[in-house]
Amino acid sequence: MRKMTKALMGMSSALVLSTALPEIAKADELTLCWAAWDPANALVELSKDFTAATGTAMKFEFVPWPNFADRILNELNSGGKLCDLLIGDSQWIGGSAENGYYVKLNDFFDKEGIKMSDFAEAAVNAYSTWPKGTPNYWALPAMGDANGWFYRKDWFAKPELQAEFRQKYGRDLAAPQTWDELKQVAEFFTGRDVDGQKVYGAAIFTERASEGITMGATSALYPYGFKYEKTSGKYDMDGAVNSPDAVAGLEAYKALYKCCQPPGYTDSYMGEGLDAFKSGQVAMAMNWFAFFPGLHKDEKVGGDKIGFFVNPKQKTAASTLGGQGISVVANTDNMDGALAYIKWFAQPEVQKKWWSLGGYAVHNSVLNDPSFKDSQPFAADFLVAMNQVQDFWQEPSYAILMQAMQKRLHDYVVADQGTAQEALDALANDWKEIFEDEGKL
Amino acid sequence: MLARSTPAAIAIQVRGLSDRAIAWLFITPAIALLLAINIFPLIWAVYLSFTNFRANRPNAEVEGVGLRNYQRVLNDPDIWIAMQTTAHFVFWTILLQTAIGFALAYLIDRKFRGHAFWTTVILIPMMLSPAVVGNFWRFLYQPQIGLFNYIVSFFSGIAPSSFEMLGSVTLAPWAIIIVDTWMWTPYVMLICLAGLRSIPDYIYEAAEVDRASAWRQFWSITVPMALPFIMLAVLFRGIENFKMFDMVMLLTGGGPGSTTEVASITLKREAFESWLTGRSSAFAIILFVAVFGLANVYVKALNKVKQR
Repeated sequence: MRKMTKALMGMSSALVLSTALPEIAKADELTLCWAAWDPANALVELSKDFTAATGTAMKFEFVPWPNFADRILNELNSGGKLCDLLIGDSQWIGGSAENGYYVKLNDFFDKEGIKMSDFAEAAVNAYSTWPKGTPNYWALPAMGDANGWFYRKDWFAKPELQAEFRQKYGRDLAAPQTWDELKQVAEFFTGRDVDGQKVYGAAIFTERASEGITMGATSALYPYGFKYEKTSGKYDMDGAVNSPDAVAGLEAYKALYKCCQPPGYTDSYMGEGLDAFKSGQVAMAMNWFAFFPGLHKDEKVGGDKIGFFVNPKQKTAASTLGGQGISVVANTDNMDGALAYIKWFAQPEVQKKWWSLGGYAVHNSVLNDPSFKDSQPFAADFLVAMNQVQDFWQEPSYAILMQAMQKRLHDYVVADQGTAQEALDALANDWKEIFEDEGKL
Repeated sequence: MLARSTPAAIAIQVRGLSDRAIAWLFITPAIALLLAINIFPLIWAVYLSFTNFRANRPNAEVEGVGLRNYQRVLNDPDIWIAMQTTAHFVFWTILLQTAIGFALAYLIDRKFRGHAFWTTVILIPMMLSPAVVGNFWRFLYQPQIGLFNYIVSFFSGIAPSSFEMLGSVTLAPWAIIIVDTWMWTPYVMLICLAGLRSIPDYIYEAAEVDRASAWRQFWSITVPMALPFIMLAVLFRGIENFKMFDMVMLLTGGGPGSTTEVASITLKREAFESWLTGRSSAFAIILFVAVFGLANVYVKALNKVKQR
């Protein structure tokens, strides 16, 4: 009988421990989900301070960009518990807020004295609010980003190229200020032999599957005057999406693709663009500011060999918005821990360290610091870019809106089908149909 | 030797169960699994196809929309273009794979010296993972460093970087057809080889006695007797290629533009990128019915050929 009692006690103890231990482990650990890229490594480094301060271990789930949306949105849609904290794309905020995937942070911010006015206004609107521009906060701005450009400074400085360019265009060979200049410089380099290698003008985004060509083409569309609506919030797209300015912008992007993209870059996004530049194939490339610290450190093409410039203007100055905010996933089992991380991350000194490690802090104490512009060779351009960013639709149906634009742009730019006017007319019709289905039109 | 069944007496001794009960005991888990992972999702998809359900909005109210999803799918010009693209792939891949596969089987069946070695070599592509094949051919097709362009350049004199197999609207579909043919022709060859080996030698011997020419033997004996096997290979490859997804995704992602966007890729975009779950369910059901219907008609034809 005693043996039986002992065995039963042992079994029940084991059962209790086996159910209790994961709970203890869970409370001591937070999982943060993000994309797998350079800034994520910086965040791992930064988060060691959080662990030191609170004793909470940080676990990271980084998904490669091409699968990021699929993986994480599936996780949210299925009510998974993988992520306690999520640095999700700005376009996800609408859907995540409406579907209850993110925790609304207003009360928490008020309680902890976290002020959104401490962050850059454009970043707060893009990364935190839903409906856009309203004081309803679903994320803390985490990673400011915009599409920018970098170029081979050492090639641009070659005296023989300078002389030839000056003779041809009557100005110095320098970082272009407008899209017209950008095309001229790209054409100048395309097919030229530089340091014994045939080079091309510019690596631009053409990726079809996720968001690549939209992010690339809007870098031309916005400066030429493309707008999503004629009247904000009215969804009156005719005459905005397919305006003559928008058509000119799309034609400019296609012209740059046709003249100056290296062969084989018909489905290229961040990784392919970086490869083209690092392998010495292109004189210029577009990409997100997030990659600039890594590029600057690159032994082969970084340092003195690389220069940076903000997206060229045309009729107006504009840049395509990237970047993300950090949200607390509503389904988390560790709400207190997740909120503690947000509170810690919002501190000015943490934000300063975040910037120094390679993350793009958008806290005003960092951006307004007089030394900020000189802190990195791309810092001044980043400030300019963040003050002129424009964002894609932040609607809950952004994914369908994005897919429609991806298709129409790729059909026109890469597959050579139809005209820019036809592509944008078709896009406007696609979008109208989507908003009609949503009951917004 | 006859297969032995479990003696009823033993079954009764062990569990008090009959043979039939034991059979059910073994089969039930498999049936339950089949119902859970095949039949239930199919029925669920049929249900969803009549609703406005979207998987990324689980809190939204699900409403019945009648036949609207089916109507929209069938009236969507983009979906018809994807169906045409699929038909184009299925036609050309089957034609090429059957012709080349049968020719290879015919050669291998001659049993020349080293035929076993060459059979193994020919079979290698179909043993590779589609992911490996896709990435491998992406490199081969790369216009600046890819071997494919250099080989074409060697024979044609066209500069390697002057054409893009994966980036050109006219060449991209053929780039995929070439890869699929390279990978799956050995499969067709194997089936055809089985057909050729099943033809009894005495039929050829009788033809020899009747002084039938080699050409006459080929058309009157070899082709008709191997035909059911060829048709079987066409059926398998047809069903597979109708669902073609991985290779296209890896090579072109459906591009350039929508040039290589086959039905399965359109379905994936609708279901998991646009999250139009109800509508994509309707599309999936339409595809299922199309494949099922065509396959049934084909199997009837195959049976008629077998019975000749």
